[in-house]
Amino acid sequence: MVERMEHTTTNKEFNQALTPGKPGKPVKPAETLLSIEDLHVSFHTYAGEVRAVRGVTYSVEQGGSLAVVGESGCGKTVTVQTVMGLTPIPPGHIKGGKVIFNGQDLLQLSEKQMQSIRGKHMGMIFQDPMTGLNPTMAVGRQIAETVQRHQNVSRGEAMERAVEMLSLVEIPNPRVRANQYPHQFSGGMRQRAMIAMALACEPLLLIADEPTTSLDVTIQSQILDLLQNLQERLGMTILLISHNLGVVARLSKSIVVMYAGKVVETGSSSDIFYNAAHPYTRALLRSVPRMDREIRGELASIPGTPPDLFQPPEGCAFAPRCKYAMKVCTKCDAQPIKLGDNHYVSCWLHHEANPNNPFENKSENGGRNSD
Amino acid sequence: MSRYILRRFGFMLISLWVIVTASFILMNAVPGGPFTSVKLTPLVEKQLERKYGLDKPKWQQYITVLKNLCSFDLGLSIRERGRSVNDIIKNTFPVSAVLGLEALTFAVTLGLTLGIIAALHRGKALDYTAIIIAVIGVSVPNFVVASVLQYVVGYKLNLLPIARWESFKHTILPAFALGLGTLATMTRMMRSSMLEVLSQDYIRTAKAKGLTSAQIVWRHGVRNAILPIVTILGPLTAAITTGTLVIERMFGIPGLGKYFVESIYNRDYPMIMGTTVFYSALLLFMTFLVDITYGLIDPRIRIAKGKGD
Repeated sequence: MVERMEHTTTNKEFNQALTPGKPGKPVKPAETLLSIEDLHVSFHTYAGEVRAVRGVTYSVEQGGSLAVVGESGCGKTVTVQTVMGLTPIPPGHIKGGKVIFNGQDLLQLSEKQMQSIRGKHMGMIFQDPMTGLNPTMAVGRQIAETVQRHQNVSRGEAMERAVEMLSLVEIPNPRVRANQYPHQFSGGMRQRAMIAMALACEPLLLIADEPTTSLDVTIQSQILDLLQNLQERLGMTILLISHNLGVVARLSKSIVVMYAGKVVETGSSSDIFYNAAHPYTRALLRSVPRMDREIRGELASIPGTPPDLFQPPEGCAFAPRCKYAMKVCTKCDAQPIKLGDNHYVSCWLHHEANPNNPFENKSENGGRNSD
Repeated sequence: MSRYILRRFGFMLISLWVIVTASFILMNAVPGGPFTSVKLTPLVEKQLERKYGLDKPKWQQYITVLKNLCSFDLGLSIRERGRSVNDIIKNTFPVSAVLGLEALTFAVTLGLTLGIIAALHRGKALDYTAIIIAVIGVSVPNFVVASVLQYVVGYKLNLLPIARWESFKHTILPAFALGLGTLATMTRMMRSSMLEVLSQDYIRTAKAKGLTSAQIVWRHGVRNAILPIVTILGPLTAAITTGTLVIERMFGIPGLGKYFVESIYNRDYPMIMGTTVFYSALLLFMTFLVDITYGLIDPRIRIAKGKGD
């Protein structure tokens, strides 16, 4: 465990050094592995059209680790499900945008073409490992199934690979475990098995959709260690979806903050944690429980509720809950404003025409200080 | 596992004993006797009663029944003079069983297929077609189906024989008429079970692995969806293979179904007891078989059973 913690300081160069283009894999020299451009996704329900994703743009670098944070229903999961082609259509409807993965627009591909990309070049792990595994199929078989689907191997070889994967995700006694069924696995072990399954074909991108949310805290920590460790060893790219900023802080180098189907702020994790620019990001950071603070007051929360996505507001979606809201905020939505190298914020407060930006020159105190 | 089977077998015997006792009490509680409907002189009636042991006290009769059952002897039929109940079952059950199994094969294969197709095309034309077939199958009684088939297919189109039990051709219409209701039940159950399974998280996982739709449906969908259906398949087999009065009557089939019903009208005590015990034993055995099959399909149950050893 201690050994693993030391690796967490690895920088990007080191990561990339570990990722020589694997033979037989279409690794393009391009830096960006996945880029989502102005994605719009809606769901048609009896009550009307729910605009779950309203023009989301972000990208993940090869070998990088990006986290998408935001509260429930902000569209973060719908975005990645659309990337994987798992959004049910209908009721889902992709209204526009591009998802460029490895130089290809995934939204233009047929279902058949997507099937050969899913599991092979993109793996995904889900929130609830208790229900994510087929209860009537041995765990090893479920992993071997992926391998057999995408690689030209025999049943026996695929099973060997499954055992290998189980030992990679640190499941003791992998040979015995491979022949057991999900109900004989604990929650943490099931999530490990899910990770093994997602990584069995050495995908370029691992999408982890709230991988630790349904696990208890000690297991959470173990799974995070494992993901971190695997990322360093395999040099893969991780796209993490979470509402837990603690999880994000450990695993990701860049962060995208989403609110009501839109990206409100992007930046490196230090930009977001120490220099947050959007009032929503700051409020989100304030609402994280801290064990190292002396003051034992009430936990900070954000007043109000997220907007109704049946009728999204014409201005900034956060304006009704924002204590800095100005007239312009309720009328017009802000465009991304560049604050630093990779730091962008969509907020009128930072517009050059705003004479009294409450966050200006206060970046040292912005968000959370390093204690 | 063997201990589990042995214990289940013991429970089967106890259940059978309870059924025999209950049938004996009910049978004797019904007014009248085997000779009520026939005009007989009291003397002849006395003699007949002595012949079949009906003059003895009830408890002695009960003991005799139990004793005979232990040696698999179901006694002599009172109505069918000179024929033992064993004989009647031996001659007529195979006919009913062939008809029943044919109906069952047709109903299960087609019903499951329709159910799966309906679930996969939820809300589309194929789904509605399957639902319409299911609703017709459930709501139209089999004697109506039978007479329509006889009239249209047998008489008007002259494609298949209308009645009698001679060749495979003769079995098609009755098997269809008998199986349609079951087909409908199978379709409905499989459709809803499949819909439930398809909405499970592990189906999404299978999709995320890049499996083809066929692989997802067969390996992850059908196998899980079929579990609740296996449960009803056992009792259903027992019910459908022991014959039905209506279909057998309409098609002139010499099956067991007729004896079930007529033995009660006639107060043919040994026959009532015989058919009841036979049907119950078959039912219990099928349930037992289902339990074992279930373990083979569902690892959760297999392992729980293993622990009981």
